[in-house]
Amino acid sequence: MERKLSSNSLRQTFERRSFVVGAIQGGIGCLLAARMGYIAVAENEKYEMEAESNRVNLTLIPPRRGWILDRDGSPLASNRADFRVDIIPERLHDAEATVNLLGELLGFTEVEKIDLLERVEDSRGFAAVPVANGLQYEKFAAVSVRLPELPGVVPQRGFSRFYPTGASVGHLIGYVGAPSREEYEMEPQPLLLTPGFKMGKDGLEQQFEQTLRGEPGARRVEVTASGRIVRDLETRDDVQGQAVRLTIDGPLQDYAARRIGLESGSVVVMDCMTGDLLCMASMPSFDPNSFSDGIGRLEYSMLSENDRVPLRNKVLQGLYPPGSTVKPTVGMALLGEGVDPDQTVNCSGGLRVGNRVFRCWKRGGHGSVDLAKAIYQSCDVYFYAMAQRTGMWPIAEACKKYGMQQQFDLPVVSQFYGTVPDPDWKMEKYGREWAAFDTVNATIGQGYMLASPLQLAVMASRLATSEMVTPRLVLNNTRPQFAGMGVSSEYKAYIRQAMSDVVNGPGTAGRARLPVEDVLMAGKTGTAQVVGLNLSDGRTGPWRYRDHGLFIFFAPFDNPRYAGAVVIEHGGGSGSAYPVARDVMTFLFDPQKGLDALHSLEAQWGGTAQERLDRQYNAYATAAGVDLPPAPPPITLARQVDAEARAAVAEPQVADTDAFTPREDATPRSDENVT
Amino acid sequence: MRGAVALPPVVAEFPWRVVIPLTLLVAFGAAVLHSAAGGSMSPYASSHLIRYGVFLVVALVISYFPQEWARFAAIPGYLAVLLLLLAVEIAGQIGGGSQRWLELGFIRLQPSEVMKPGIILILAAFFHGLPVGMIGSWRALLIPLGLIALPMGLVLLQPDLGTSLAIAFGGVVVMFLAGIPQKWFIGGGIAGIIAVPLLYQFALQPYQQQRVLTFLDPASDPQGNGYHIIQSQIAIGSGGMTGKGFGEGSQSQLQYLPEPHTDFVFATMAEEWGLLGGLLVLLIFGIVLRWGLIVARDAQDRFSRLLAGGLTATIFFYVAVNLMMVMGLAPVVGIPLPFMSHGGSSMMTNMLCVGGLMMVERWNRQSGERKL
Repeated sequence: MERKLSSNSLRQTFERRSFVVGAIQGGIGCLLAARMGYIAVAENEKYEMEAESNRVNLTLIPPRRGWILDRDGSPLASNRADFRVDIIPERLHDAEATVNLLGELLGFTEVEKIDLLERVEDSRGFAAVPVANGLQYEKFAAVSVRLPELPGVVPQRGFSRFYPTGASVGHLIGYVGAPSREEYEMEPQPLLLTPGFKMGKDGLEQQFEQTLRGEPGARRVEVTASGRIVRDLETRDDVQGQAVRLTIDGPLQDYAARRIGLESGSVVVMDCMTGDLLCMASMPSFDPNSFSDGIGRLEYSMLSENDRVPLRNKVLQGLYPPGSTVKPTVGMALLGEGVDPDQTVNCSGGLRVGNRVFRCWKRGGHGSVDLAKAIYQSCDVYFYAMAQRTGMWPIAEACKKYGMQQQFDLPVVSQFYGTVPDPDWKMEKYGREWAAFDTVNATIGQGYMLASPLQLAVMASRLATSEMVTPRLVLNNTRPQFAGMGVSSEYKAYIRQAMSDVVNGPGTAGRARLPVEDVLMAGKTGTAQVVGLNLSDGRTGPWRYRDHGLFIFFAPFDNPRYAGAVVIEHGGGSGSAYPVARDVMTFLFDPQKGLDALHSLEAQWGGTAQERLDRQYNAYATAAGVDLPPAPPPITLARQVDAEARAAVAEPQVADTDAFTPREDATPRSDENVT
Repeated sequence: MRGAVALPPVVAEFPWRVVIPLTLLVAFGAAVLHSAAGGSMSPYASSHLIRYGVFLVVALVISYFPQEWARFAAIPGYLAVLLLLLAVEIAGQIGGGSQRWLELGFIRLQPSEVMKPGIILILAAFFHGLPVGMIGSWRALLIPLGLIALPMGLVLLQPDLGTSLAIAFGGVVVMFLAGIPQKWFIGGGIAGIIAVPLLYQFALQPYQQQRVLTFLDPASDPQGNGYHIIQSQIAIGSGGMTGKGFGEGSQSQLQYLPEPHTDFVFATMAEEWGLLGGLLVLLIFGIVLRWGLIVARDAQDRFSRLLAGGLTATIFFYVAVNLMMVMGLAPVVGIPLPFMSHGGSSMMTNMLCVGGLMMVERWNRQSGERKL
């Protein structure tokens, strides 16, 4: 291609090409203008929203939890304003350094630091891990000032759960804690990730979670890219959760818990007109106040090593052979089968059936015994003899009718229903025929028979009123109509009188007489042997070989208003149980007198239950080193406690092969003066 | 002489047509920088204005250079800057770690910046000296390519992709305007299409590869590299028609926008001034670039034409790449916006280009007067 190239043609090329360059430049300019117009006008709304969501940070304010009130409206669980510090693990740069510095500022011990570090490492990352609450303003301020060095640490004002009576309501109310991973997965709401939010972990706190929770508030703040708050934009207040009002009588609950003292046991008191549960105390217990920021490994170790199982709610999860407390019910069964109450049996210390002799606890014998005497003197032979006539079936049915092996419609996490054995049950369970000794064992509440303190209290209410009293825990002002139990008023009065004589007559629990004028308490003692006579005398020796002490009661005996049950684990016999029942009922009728009795006892024991628990913790803390296993999360803990409780009350693997030999009563009939 | 009004020649010959729009743009830029600093003249806005003042004087001084000086300076200037680039590379090797500037005591000199007008100057001089008939020869292709490749390679080693692309772009535009045959460009284009994936694979640093990937899909990495593009588009988009108001841009004020005073200054501006502010900036750049092209077209000789065309193209490259980047049309390459971004090197390079254009405009006027 021979083309004449000249400077002129090059100039033309330049002009042509510079026009092209200019056109391209103009084109790109137009493209940019169009692009900008598109972003800024057409997509303006979208980007404006994104800019807003950058700028504005919505923080949820955890709602104040609804109060849990007793029947008179006093709080069993309330909220306390406090200063708290949380960690959001996801925002941490160096977990260890932050925990160390924070621990220094807050005066943590080494164990507490390790605890915190472990909880931080175990958490989901985006959910808050509580560090401390109830802080003094000075400590709170010390943390706030050093925030720039502590990324991921959130100090804030908030509310924490407060249980005024502490350990007394631990098992009943439960406790609260930060939601766990599992709980968040079940209920994936942003509230569950909010620092400072607590949900019920056990007991009523867990059962009434949705009622108590309330509506979270929200705070809209303007934040920088690095998360620094520039200013508040708008705040919506939270709506406090609804209160739950219980049938529990707060002072009585506290009194009963404290009265159990150094023992391990439970006290249940019911209003037998309405079924209202006035008291469900189980001791020893834990302090729910100290659980709400997570269970420390020190506290967990202390509680789980204690053989009196402070983590178990013994009212619902403790099962005990009812012992002689079952006798009034067996008496009702005999009456129902047409046994004449005045018919007597001669007790010579034992009953010969075939070639076997079944022993009465009173080796010397009770002489001529009718039903009333069999109840107030707790004669075993009378019941052996009468039960031979009726057989096991009516007795088993009566026991079930009076509340054993029943579960009640209560807002509780777990209740055990125990065992009332009968021939079918034995055949199914062990593949063995029912034998005469099985009936003998059952009539005195031993052998396979197991009941919870709650069931025993219901039994007392039903014996007292001859109505199908059912317990309830949430206060409502209706008065339930209970079905009658088909007991004639004559027999009703007869049993009432016999049970009154246990306390006020020539019975086994004279010292249980109420120091209150005009109020006579009726009751029935029981001693549940846990090991054979060869291992222990039931009163001394290793704690876990000692007999359980039981007592069921109602008062006033002729017009029952209150009924209940006391079980003292390994208390060495019923003598450990009825003084507790006496003092609790005294408190109900004459609080000052009850308190006087308690104060003198607490002086001997070394302080109230809470004081003793705190002292125990401090002693344990000084003795324990750093190497303690960490506490399991609440869900696992609850399962663990439940499983242990079940294991503790499991029926024997092999069937009983012989009759039960009652020990000479650990609480011989008392003829001394009532104290 | 134009006009009847008898203005003193200094005033009449003063390049008002470019200085007025530029000053407007720089003042607007200073206002945006004032806002980017959280409502304060320091540290950005005041130094921005001072630099503009200083470099405007430099540009005006350059504009008085005669053409001979410029042509003589081309080869030694090119070699000097090349040596400086080499020095930077050696200093970087010795100092352990890459660097882009030389610390000369009184000024921190970035030689790669000076190379941008430098490459234009040497290529304009080369084509001016090239016999007219040889424009279709290999010589007209290979020597300029070599002249471009040397500094480009050195700058890539720093590594600074944005600047090396700017050098290449300026050089290629000069070659195009010089009239080398179209087939080279078509062939080069095809070669480029083949070379891009290879270059991506072998020539780019991993962080640069990441930037390209992120540009293609910013949402894939919203916290990392995509963050810049996303936040910049949010800033521009949320500004709407008239913007959020001076000092009211939440994206820049609350530090969501990265580099609100340098690479993303346009987003800062657009958030507070809206589409109207954006169109104003585009208009001013349009006026300045159009002035540059008119200067080139009015030029009387080949050297002036190519010099003016190349300098205009260099300014254009800055503007176009930066704006495309902040609007999400190009990957993040770290090229500031001329006359608005805070930064001495950028101001210096662009004012050198403007100075060169004013110089060519003066030559045009002088030759016009001679013709008259």
